[in-house]
Amino acid sequence: MKDPALDDDAAEADGEPRPGHIRKPIGWSMIVIIVLVAVSAFLVYRRDGVDGVTSILTHDLALFGGILPRVLAGCLLGAFIAELLPHEKVSQSLGPRSGLKGLLIGTAFGVIIPGGPFTAYPVASALLSVGADFGATIAMVVSWTLIGYGRAVAWELPIMGTDFTLWRIVISLPLPILAGALGRFVYVRIYRKGPP
Amino acid sequence: MSTALIIDVFLWSSVAVVGLIALRRGRPVLVASVREGSMDFINIVPRVALGVIGSGYIAAVIPQEIITGWLGPNSGWPGVLTAVIAGAATPGGPVIGFSVGAVAMKAGGGMPQIIAYVVAWALFAFQRLLLFEIPFMPARFVWFRAAVSLPIPFLAAAIAMAIGKP
Repeated sequence: MKDPALDDDAAEADGEPRPGHIRKPIGWSMIVIIVLVAVSAFLVYRRDGVDGVTSILTHDLALFGGILPRVLAGCLLGAFIAELLPHEKVSQSLGPRSGLKGLLIGTAFGVIIPGGPFTAYPVASALLSVGADFGATIAMVVSWTLIGYGRAVAWELPIMGTDFTLWRIVISLPLPILAGALGRFVYVRIYRKGPP
Repeated sequence: MSTALIIDVFLWSSVAVVGLIALRRGRPVLVASVREGSMDFINIVPRVALGVIGSGYIAAVIPQEIITGWLGPNSGWPGVLTAVIAGAATPGGPVIGFSVGAVAMKAGGGMPQIIAYVVAWALFAFQRLLLFEIPFMPARFVWFRAAVSLPIPFLAAAIAMAIGKP
C-alpha cells in the first residue's frame, strides 16, 4: 500500500515530515473499537438474528458510501493547506505570541471549516505543523465541535430543533476562546523548558 | 437532504479553490498535495468504515433510555456531571448523540443538563476521539486538548443556568 520511494519524494518536496499523515493505519485505538463493534454485533445477532445484523449493515453501508467523498475532500483540503500555507505567516498569526487575535482567528477557522471530523482534524493538524500553537489549534478544534455550522445544520437543527440549537450555539460562543486561552496558559507552564 | 448538498458543494469548492492556488504555484505542488491527500484517504477509509458501519451495532445495543434517565430536570450539578460522563461515553455519530439529547428534552430533562450532555458529546465522544482525532493529530495534542476542554461543558451548563431557557 505504501511505496517508500514515493514517501521519500514527498519528504524531499516539503523538507519536513508531513502533517496530518496517518502513520499507523491500525493502532490500539482502532483495536478498541473493533472489539466493541464485534461484541455489539454479536449481541445484536443474539437478540435479532441475522436479519437484525444485515439490516443495520445495509443501512450503515449506504451511510458509509455517502460519507466517502467527503472524507476524500477533507484529506485533500488538509494536504493542500499544509502545502500552501506559509510557515512564517501562520506562526505569526496563530503562533504562541499571537495573543487574543490568534485565538479569534483559530475560532473563525473552526467555524468556517466544512465537513466532519475527517475534514477538521487533518486541517487542524496541518495548521499545527505549519506553526500554529496548541492554544490556537485548541480554539479551532473546540470551535469546530461547538459552533461549526456543518454539524449544527446537518444534524442538530433537524433533530434538536431551531430554538435549542441557536441557544446552545450562543452559549458556546465564548467557549473556544476560553479553551484556547486555558490551553496556552497550561502549555506555557508545563513545557516551559523551551520549545518541544 | 438539501443541507447536506450545500455542505458538499461548499466543501468541494474549498478543495477546488486551494487546488487552483496549488496549481498556480506549479504542477509539482499540486501533484504532491493530491498524492499526500489521497494517501491519507486510503489510510483513513478503514477507520471511517469501522466508525460508520460499526456504530450502528453499538447504538443498537445501548438503550437510549438508560442515558436519558440520568438527565433529570432537578438533578442539579450531579446531573450535569452525569450528563458530561454520558456525553463522553455515547457511542456512534451525530444522529445518536443528538437523538439522545432530543429524547431527554422530550422526556423533560433539565436544560443545563442537556446542554452539558450535547457539549460534552461534541467535545469528548470517545469513538470520534479514538477513530479520527488520534490518527490525524499528534496524540500529545489530543490528550492536552481533551484535558483543557474538561471545564467547558460545566461552564456551558453554568451559563445555561444563569441566562435561563430561550
